[in-house]
Amino acid sequence: MKYVLMAGLVLLTAAFAAPALAQDIQLVDVAELSGGGATVGTNFKNGVDLAVEEINAAGGILGHKIVVTHADTQSNPGVARAQVQKALDSNPYVLLGPGYSGSVKVTAPLAEEAGVTQIMGGEAAELTRMGNKFLFRTSFGQQSSMPKAAKYMAEDMKAKSVAVVWVNNDFGKGGRDTIEKEFDRLGMKVVADISTEAGQADFAADVAKVKASNADAAFVYLNEEESARILKEFKRQAVTTPLMGETTLVGQKVIELAGDAANGARAHVGLTTDAPIDSIRAFRERFVKKHNYVPDHNGIKGYLAIYMIKAATEKMGKVDPKGVADALHGLTIKAADQPGILMDVTFDENGDIDRQGFLVEVENGKQVIKQILPKLH
Amino acid sequence: MTRAHRLLAIAIGAGVVAALVFAPLSLNRYGLYILSLWSVMSIAAIGLNLTLGYAGQVSLAQGAFVGIGAYAAAIMTVDGLPLSLAVATAVALCFVVGWLLGYPALRVQHHYLAFVTLAFSTLAFLVFRNEEWLTNGVYGISGVPRPHIFGLSTTPPLRFYYLCLFTLGVVTLACWRLVRSPWGRAFVALRENPMRALSLGVDTRRYTLMAFAIGSALGGLAGALYAPLAEFVDPTSFTLSLSLNLLMMVIIGGSGFFFGPYLGAMTAVLLPEWLRIAEGYYLIVYALLVMGLLIYSPTGILGILDRYLRDRSAKAASALHAAAGASLPDETAS
Amino acid sequence: MSSLFDLVISGLATGAIYALVAIGFTLLWQTSQTINFAQGEFAMLPAFLMLAVGRTGAPFWLAIILGALLSVAILGIAFKKLLVDPMLRHGVLPLAIATMALSVAMKESVKQFFSAEAQPFPSIAPSGSVSIFGSEVSLQSFGVFAFGLAAVIGLNLFLERTSTGRQMQAAAQNPTVARIVGVPVERMIMLTFVINAALVALASLLVTPIYLAKFSSGETLGQAAFIAAIVGGFNQVRGAIIGGLAIGVLDNLAAAYVSTQYRAAVSLALLIVIILFRPEGLVGRSEERTV
Repeated sequence: MKYVLMAGLVLLTAAFAAPALAQDIQLVDVAELSGGGATVGTNFKNGVDLAVEEINAAGGILGHKIVVTHADTQSNPGVARAQVQKALDSNPYVLLGPGYSGSVKVTAPLAEEAGVTQIMGGEAAELTRMGNKFLFRTSFGQQSSMPKAAKYMAEDMKAKSVAVVWVNNDFGKGGRDTIEKEFDRLGMKVVADISTEAGQADFAADVAKVKASNADAAFVYLNEEESARILKEFKRQAVTTPLMGETTLVGQKVIELAGDAANGARAHVGLTTDAPIDSIRAFRERFVKKHNYVPDHNGIKGYLAIYMIKAATEKMGKVDPKGVADALHGLTIKAADQPGILMDVTFDENGDIDRQGFLVEVENGKQVIKQILPKLH
Repeated sequence: MTRAHRLLAIAIGAGVVAALVFAPLSLNRYGLYILSLWSVMSIAAIGLNLTLGYAGQVSLAQGAFVGIGAYAAAIMTVDGLPLSLAVATAVALCFVVGWLLGYPALRVQHHYLAFVTLAFSTLAFLVFRNEEWLTNGVYGISGVPRPHIFGLSTTPPLRFYYLCLFTLGVVTLACWRLVRSPWGRAFVALRENPMRALSLGVDTRRYTLMAFAIGSALGGLAGALYAPLAEFVDPTSFTLSLSLNLLMMVIIGGSGFFFGPYLGAMTAVLLPEWLRIAEGYYLIVYALLVMGLLIYSPTGILGILDRYLRDRSAKAASALHAAAGASLPDETAS
Repeated sequence: MSSLFDLVISGLATGAIYALVAIGFTLLWQTSQTINFAQGEFAMLPAFLMLAVGRTGAPFWLAIILGALLSVAILGIAFKKLLVDPMLRHGVLPLAIATMALSVAMKESVKQFFSAEAQPFPSIAPSGSVSIFGSEVSLQSFGVFAFGLAAVIGLNLFLERTSTGRQMQAAAQNPTVARIVGVPVERMIMLTFVINAALVALASLLVTPIYLAKFSSGETLGQAAFIAAIVGGFNQVRGAIIGGLAIGVLDNLAAAYVSTQYRAAVSLALLIVIILFRPEGLVGRSEERTV
């Protein structure tokens, strides 16, 4: 009798739930809105909100409005897990976030078990190597970006010995582990391996170590403010070692904060609001109009995630949460067809992206594109 | 306590226990996770309450002990060892470390101890993060398995919840006995007036260490359960913030009250939920509420309740007294 | 060895920052048994207040003055009247916990109402650097050092030489007797809070150009300040300076010669050692145990 009642209850709720789903597309964004990752998560959230606003204004996805709820992981994997569990209990169309790789690792198995597609901003290499068919990136994983950076340092900077400065969290360590493997593969020697702390202000010791190592080039992989501070310190100690980074090192924010200490820094850049591409410029204007500040690359990640969902759903021709992941695998989205995607992108079987990238150098306080690294396919 | 009051207390207690056992049957996974988290945090908070509320020693290292327990459990169970062994190791290890850390408690007073434990907390985090060979460093340990109890897998959320609840029950009973025992009384003597306790022959040194060690061991136990609950451990979960959160749980619930930690843990785990309407501002509201509560009642929520009950019984007593006095000859006329 | 010298010099520059924040922390403890866990955030907020005023279009110098006045009002007067006064009779620990909650409230408020992003902050010291024995010291760092030194000397002079200062000391050492003698104890304590607020506003103004204005910049600064205050000596203002400089230099040397991964551990270990073996700190006075 109890089971009949329970079954009846389930059917009844399903009956009520189904019409709700048929009307709106429910998305849940689980992001770092407080704690150490607040900048990452807040930018992601704002990008998401902008995209949702744009799409709803244009009639939604296949005529359905998008409704997005944001949840705060407090930059803590335990809380992230709770929030994702809560989100999954409400049967969202797609799960967005988190940004921190640790939080992604703890939540991905849950989403996979529930069969819900997860589009997140984490960059750690291992995330797409877990065999999870429901996890997708919005930016280059470190396994894509680091080889490109290393290649540039080997071929263009002609560096045989390298100093690596990295921030000691899963983001920084992941990058450092990946690129040191690349250096090894390319026959380059790591002569200094220097870890730094998030929030660190005094880089005298670290720069002194780089100087003492006599490296041909230095790979610098820190967060924004720290990148600005270390650039200033390099200048103060008159260190002329060529500097190479990944996206953050040459961001507009860093240039603003570091002043002319940023000149000469180079980086491989996947996503940047400073790219001389019309769609990105337009996005940046719209973002500034809505949120009153210039976003970092996490803002672009959030924005792209929504358009990825739009493209996948339109490909399916119907609103089917179970089919999103399959629709995304192998999908190529062209900016000409889907301007919201900003740049052409292809998704592979593992949820990794293939997209154009840039080699950027800072000259006279401005980002200058030195090389365009085309899409592989 | 009058007979009626006692019956009422038992009835409430039974009701709460029943709710904890039966209500979860209809909860979804999120609800079960939150309740399991509550029971685990309660265990850690009970430990801290023992140290702070009963023995009067300020510890900002409870989060580190939870971390030690969690890592011990994760490392051992991922290697295939049973959780029971991991729990025993965690508890023993934290007891010993707590004892060693408690040593400085002899030499310094309250606020200095807070700073020593604060430093220990941060040092523990550094070890968790840097010793990659042991803890897998920043990457953390994924896929921590849930134990099999009598052949049954506790991977389903409901079953794991019952495991947590059972452990909480055992801890509750053990602490009840401890607090009511001569040891418990010695702890309270220590808190109220160490000099006097010493003069009465209480070996303050030993009891201080005991309080610290037991409190830390409970932290380790909580950690050993936390690892299979979250199925993932990484250093960022065990920073000073966790110690501060646990401290807040004990204070908000009411430090020194037996049921304080349960209440405090519930508030800490559920309040962000209840404040969801405040959206991005919920942490501000939470912080303001904590400040407001502390201003009004530094002995926490149970302190407010206690005061209310005392007032009532005092009023009742003086009402009785007045009534009794009315029927006696007037003594005030001199 | 020029590298060692350079590390020491930049360590002193960073240490001067810690010292500025630690002074107020020590002062509050000395005069009113307040452990202010929000001290780091106290040093973060004035910069944002100044930025906020600046956004209304006021010129920079005006924004600084108004921001500083606002800081004194909020972090000095309001803090004392609204939080410290009601809580002080309950004891040291509840107030300490309340300041923990306060630090969260301040951090989150800045994040929500201003921005989660780091903001640049203009420097009042001229840019550029000076060469000392081959090491480039930025004028900003010089400014911090100079002001810190001036603040401590000024404070010491005030406390020792002026009547108000001596009354403040009396109020701190023995409020009951001070009251009997006619010292307006309450007003003296309020004065301490105001001085603390002024000091952190100054610290904020000097430090933010280097640290950049971010809601989370109070965390590392606050922790460094606690350690500096205790290592130096919790009951002497001099202690905050010595402690701050020591920690700044130690951090750099630890990173260079011990291990960058454990750079923070060295000052923490020092803290534990000091508390165990010399709880009054490097230059502090031995505190009497209250029974």
